[in-house]
Order: sequence, then structure tokens, then C-alpha cells
Amino acid sequence: MHPGARSTSESTPPVIRTEAPMIRPQNPPVEAPAIGMRVARLSAWYGKHQAIRDVTLDIPERNVTAIIGPSGCGKSTLVRCLNRMHEVVRGARAEGEVIIGGLNIYDPAVDPVALRREVGMVFQRANPFPTMTIFENVVAGLRLTGRHNGRELREVAERSLQRAALWEEVKDKLNTPGTDLSGGQQQRLCIARALAVNPNVLLMDEPASALDPVATLRIEELIRALRDEIMIVIVTHNMQQAARVSDQTAFMLAGEERVGELIEVGPTTQIFTNPRDKRTEDYITGRFG
Amino acid sequence: MTSTGPPIQVPPRSGRLRIAIGQGQGRIADRAFQIGVGLAAIAIVLSALGLAFTMLQDGFMAFTTFGPTFIVSTSWNPVTHIFGVLPAIYGTFATSVIALILALPVGIGAAIFLAEIAPRWLADPVAFLIEMLAAIPSVIIGLWGLFVVVPVIRQFEATVGRSLSFIPFFSGPAYGIGLLAAGVILAIMILPILTAVTRDVLRAVPISQREAMLALGATRWETIWRAVLPYGRSGIAGAIILGLGRALGETLAVSMVIGNMYQITPSLFAPATTLASLIATQFREADTELYLSALVAAGFVLFVITMTVNILARLMIWRLTAGEGVH
Amino acid sequence: MSAPTVTGSMSSLTLGRRRHLTDLVMRGLCGVAALGAAAVLLLLLGHVVIQGAPALSLQLLTSLPTPLGVEGGGIAHAVVGSAIMVGLGCLWGIPLGIAAGMFLSEYAGARTGSFVRFTADVLSGVPSIVIGIFAYTIVVAPLSGFSGLAGAFALGLITLPIVARTTEEVMRLVPPELREASLALGVPRWRTILAVVLPTASTGVLTGAILALARVAGETAPLIFTALGNNFFSLDPNRPMASITLTIFQYAIWPYEYLHRQAWAASFLLVLFILIVNVSVRLAARNSGVR
Repeated sequence: MHPGARSTSESTPPVIRTEAPMIRPQNPPVEAPAIGMRVARLSAWYGKHQAIRDVTLDIPERNVTAIIGPSGCGKSTLVRCLNRMHEVVRGARAEGEVIIGGLNIYDPAVDPVALRREVGMVFQRANPFPTMTIFENVVAGLRLTGRHNGRELREVAERSLQRAALWEEVKDKLNTPGTDLSGGQQQRLCIARALAVNPNVLLMDEPASALDPVATLRIEELIRALRDEIMIVIVTHNMQQAARVSDQTAFMLAGEERVGELIEVGPTTQIFTNPRDKRTEDYITGRFG
Repeated sequence: MTSTGPPIQVPPRSGRLRIAIGQGQGRIADRAFQIGVGLAAIAIVLSALGLAFTMLQDGFMAFTTFGPTFIVSTSWNPVTHIFGVLPAIYGTFATSVIALILALPVGIGAAIFLAEIAPRWLADPVAFLIEMLAAIPSVIIGLWGLFVVVPVIRQFEATVGRSLSFIPFFSGPAYGIGLLAAGVILAIMILPILTAVTRDVLRAVPISQREAMLALGATRWETIWRAVLPYGRSGIAGAIILGLGRALGETLAVSMVIGNMYQITPSLFAPATTLASLIATQFREADTELYLSALVAAGFVLFVITMTVNILARLMIWRLTAGEGVH
Repeated sequence: MSAPTVTGSMSSLTLGRRRHLTDLVMRGLCGVAALGAAAVLLLLLGHVVIQGAPALSLQLLTSLPTPLGVEGGGIAHAVVGSAIMVGLGCLWGIPLGIAAGMFLSEYAGARTGSFVRFTADVLSGVPSIVIGIFAYTIVVAPLSGFSGLAGAFALGLITLPIVARTTEEVMRLVPPELREASLALGVPRWRTILAVVLPTASTGVLTGAILALARVAGETAPLIFTALGNNFFSLDPNRPMASITLTIFQYAIWPYEYLHRQAWAASFLLVLFILIVNVSVRLAARNSGVR
């Protein structure tokens, strides 16, 4: 089965409505696959304020996991802990374990810089480097970590831009500034840039929230296409998006003292049709948040 | 739905992660860089501390030889080796005060014009011209001062001296060079900073203040005078102190027009000396250790004075940006 | 019922003559102040141009001073000396200043940052003659000789805090998202700073550096007892060195007409250089846009 193909279920697009039982996700239920990432009792603080507490979660390989929840519930913090970007902020720290492929990334012997080449990230607002061309942006991760072979760079650039569904649009203007593109294109450029270093995991923090609906759909297609190659964790405040795109969904909520907790995680179909926790159900049916 | 393009061959993924364990090279480079730029910052601190320390050290001989009389004695005699800097301190402050008195109305007036009255197309070029004044080297202003301004002042002194010489301020021969000339030149030199800072302060005053005043039926001028200026008064005070700080340390232009005579007289027409001009004109004559030490000590006094004034100015402006929000 | 009569208070609807006059006169005076200040600059520049331009000649720039009292000669030694000392001074002061600015912007904590910033501000507020004394005690006295190197040291010391602050300010403006994007790609911090943050801020950093250069090109006081000045042509930084500014200072004081003319010509040259640099830098900054 080559990348890009996936088993389809219904041929009609889902009917998207706001009440929970009516949301019909695209992906059929899968059997429990091999574990790619395990988050074990992860807590994180910004200075004195605790942002998330004791999050435990398993994320299989070749899987799209969506993290949903109202604003302030800690979903961004959680995801930033998965590539140790959280600790870049002054005074921020994390405790607990995040085990990827058998290795705890919070082990003191692990170099966070090297880790981030394995776990890539795409941000809410597209942030291409303004002083670089499209080509330079895509290969920035390689160039700045020492790879300079021109031919290799060009191959990687083309491949990454194709995977990000941007190649056709920019192949003739690779030497123009990265910031000349539209918002949606810039975001796909950032995805290409992240893919170019060939990570095993791609973290996406509300990647489409700043984009128009058409651009958003293209990003979602991209995610579904990438699913078979790479583990994706996507934070989104858009439940329909989570339903469309993910295999498994995790719901987070800020409890007392505004500390975020993981309430429930499960196959997307189950979360949206038959959530176990009442709070999940309340959120999904729109009773709050 | 559009296709994502032809199937792409992605290199097969290994089951293992490529994370380098314990490979600290990257960390070494990061550390080295951090230390490198940290050293540059230390260089700044060391320079400042070193400056204060070496000046104190080299001036120490003079300070210990003369004690506090160094500051209050009025004689500066390289022959008998008696050194006291009071006239120089007097000259430093007198010229700066004259400069402030002359520059203040012009600077604030200009700032008001640029911030409140002039349309953009006029204000920007005029502001630019005034700022450029600050870029002109001191020695060139001194040159112009010596050959162009001093003759004018000589004329002025002669005219005023004819009728008003009974007032101590205006007594004495009309040399041209002297306190007044130095004051005028300094005024020109501190005008740009006075104007620029005051203009920024006025621009930061909220529009609501002006509108409230206008709504009460005030004229434009009354609005400025009674609402805008008072609101920005601490910022303007900061600007004045900044201007003072600049004036106190100014050397070349002052040296060229002040006459370099070691005396304290109330007359504006009299030649005088400032700390900076004293050092500038005498340093090369200093042939003995005590002479040199006295000059360095004078420099230390100047350093302390200017540093105090500058810190004061910064504190005022700091308190401003923290408190009222007037930038 | 008759219409209400205009009471005394309503008569203030008509603006009193005096208030109106005051308004106009005071605002007019402000205009006079501003235009007068600008006029001073133009007067000064005009005088420099009128006196200096005719006296400026190729001969002036390429020949050396004649014996005192003998007409003719030039300032070639001073032009070269200035170039050497300003060049050497900026060579040590500007890169170090940029590095310190990077430290302040990217690494310094709140307390360390405040302290270094404060020190830099104090240092940049020190009168340049005091910087000259410091350079004298550190370089000239131990090596017992005035030198171009000492002059360069003093000039560099003047650029150091200025460039550090301008660099810091400009680098702070680079959005944090760019740093994050680079770090998230697995690029180490130092590389992120040099390859992403610095290039993004490059226009501002360059502007700060160039303005600092123009500033020290016009300095005289710190050179008086470091470089001392030299009436002969010298490329040796270990010996006393002439500068355009020192030459202007010396010639202005001597009672020779021909030397005054040369002083004006040198002033014209210097002012031209400084104005061109200042204006171009501002134009370039405006054209590259406010990012």
C-alpha cells in the first residue's frame, strides 16, 4: 500500500452538525497498534504556575492523534513538552516521562536539540524565515545542522514540497522570498520545512486556525496523506477538524487552580459518539467551551 | 478533493530514533557561544569599572596631596604646583546653566511646534534638520563658533556693556570669547536633544487631555500651555537633565571659545575655564607626576559630576515610563 | 414669553481679543523657535560650505603640511590618520558591541540585563575627554608613547556601548516565533541566533554600526592625549598619528590665515562625510520598510 492511499469507508462526505451523535468521522476503527509514543505522568510548569498535571497517554505509530479542549486547558503546553520546546521559555520546566521508540526524551543524557530533529513542529501562525527564499526555507533545518550537499538539498526540497502539497505551486519560484506566499501556502511551506529533516513525529499546534476554510481543508488532506508515514499529534480547537482528521482523540480540561488534565482519550469514533466522561460529552455537545 | 500529487518515494523509516545520546558536541558549541557573547558584555562592565578605578588611582596623588582643598581652591599653578579646580567647576556649571537658560525656551518651543502645531510634511524635515545639528562634530561647531559667533557676541557685549556695565553680569571688556560665547555654543549643541526628547514626551500625551481642554473652550495655545505641557512635565524635566549632562561633558567647542582663563567672576563676558577645557588644553603641558595627577583628578571630578547627572536623568525617565506611561 | 436674553456667561462665546492674540503670538513664537533652530544648522553648514569648498582641492588632500608659516601644503596625513584610527577603532569596538548586544537580547536574565544595560548607558554618557584620559592611562602611559593605537582604542571604546544598545534593541524586535521555528527544527541556539535572528535584524545592526562610525569620525577630545597628532605622514599605529579633527583644532588656534582656510576645507570634508552617511542610513532604513 503506497503512501497517499487509504481505505475509504463511506463514499459520501460526513454530515457535519454540532450535536455529538451526528458527527461521523472518516476513519474506521483500527485495532490497537504498536506503541510509538508513551506519555507518562507528564506535568509542566511556567515558573510557579502549573500548566498541566499527570498527563498519561499512548500514541501509536502511524497515527493521527488530536488533542482537543477549551482554551487554557494546556493542550499547547502538552504538545510543546513532546519536543522539549516547553523548556525553552525562561523558568519553564517539566516532569515525567515521554518515551518515544523506547527512549525517554527527558533522560538527562538526551540532547534536546537532536531530539527536535526527530520530533518536528508546525506552529499556529506560519513563520517562514523572512530573509530566506522558499528553497532556503525548506532546507533550513538541514543547512543549519551541517548538511550542504547541493544535490541532496535539492532532492530533499522537492520531496518535502511534494509531501506538503506545495511543489506544483512553487516549483518555478523557489528563489523568491518565503514571505511572498499566501497564508495557506506559507503554512504548507512550514510543513515542508519541518518534513525536510525527516522526523518520526510531527507536532502541529492549531496549524490551520489562522487560515481560511479552503486552505484549512488542504492542510487536513495533507495530514491524512502523511498519516501512514509519520506519527502526527495535532492540537485543535475545532472539533469537526479533529473528527475529520484523527484516528484517536484526547480531551483536556483545566480543573481547579487552572491546571490542565487529560480527561479522556480514545478512538475518535468512540470519543465523538460515545464518550465515557460526562465532561467530554458536555464539551462535544457544546455545552461549554 | 484535489490530489496531493503523484506518490512520493519516502525513504524507509527505521524503527529506531536517531537521537544522539550523550553526544554533547552541540551543547559545547552552545556553551562556547554563550560564554563568548557574555565576555563581550563583561568587556563593557570592565571598561566602565576600569575607567572609574584607573582615574581614581591616577588622580589619587592629587587628592591625597591637596585633600578637599582640591575641590575648593581657586589656584591652578603649574609652577608652584598648587592645584585646585573650583574655577573649572564654576565654569563648567556656569556655561551649562547659561546654555540651558538659552536653549530651554527655544527647545521647548520648537518641540511644541513639531509635536502640536506643524503638519507632518513640515514637521519631519524641520525635525530632521534639528537632529542633524547633533551629528556635527564638536570641533567644527567650535571652529564656526570661533570665527562666526564670537565676533557677533563681541559686538553684542560691546553694545550691552556701554549701557549696562554696572550690572556685574555685564561688566568687563568685550572680548567675545568667554562664558557667554561658550554658553551660546553649548545651547546650540544641546538644542537637538532637548527638542527631540521633549517632542517625544509631548507626542505621548494622550489626545483625550487635549480634547478635554478644547472642549472647555480653550485656545490651542492654552491647551498646550495648561494641559499638554503640565502632563509631560516630568518627561521634560528628564530632557532638561539629559541636556545638562551633555553640556557638562562637552569639550572641544567650549575650549575654543571660552578663553581658558582661570578665574571666577560673575561677569558673563569674562573668559573662564571648564573642567573639560582645562584638561584638554593642559594635558600636554603636564610634565610632572603631580601635574598629571591633578589633571586626571579633574577628569575624575568631571566623570563623577556627569555620571550623577546622567543617572538622575535616567531615573526620572525610568520612573516616567513605569508610572504614567508617558514614554 | 420673550426669548431669553444672552447672559454675561454666554458672551464668552466670542473669544476675547487678548486670548486670541496670545494664542497666535505664542504659537508663532514656537514656529520661530523651530525654524530658527533649523536655520542655525543651515547657517552653520552654509558657512562651512562657503569657506571650505573653495579651499578644498586635490592638492590639499594629497600633500603634507608645509613648515609653519609657509603657505600651501595639505592634510593628506590627517585624512590617512583618521581613516586608520577610525578603522582600527571600529574594528575592535563594533564587533564586540554587536556580541554584547546579542548577549543582552538573547541570553541576559532580567537582573544581569539591567546591570549590563545600565553600565553601557553610563559608559556611553562619559565625556569623550574622560575616555581619552582612560586610554592614556591604559595604553599611552605603560607603553610610554602616544600612538595611533591608543587613539583607536579610545575611539573603539566610544563605539562599544552605543553599538551594544542599538544591536540589542534591533534584535529584540525579531519576533520570538522565528526563534521557535528554528529551534523546533533542531537547530542549536547559537546557530539560530547567527543564522536566523541576526540576519533578520541585519539592517538595524548595520545602521547602528555605521552611525557609530560616523560619530567617532568626528571625535577630537579622546585623541588629544592618545594619538597626539602628527605633522608628518605616518602609517605606523605605534607612533603619534594625525587626524582630521585634531588638525582642525590645531589650525583654528594658530594665527595663520592659510591654516584657517585649510581648517575650513577639512571641516567641509568631514561634514560632507558625516552628513552623507547619516542621510543615506536614514533613507535606507526608510526604504527597507518598518518590518
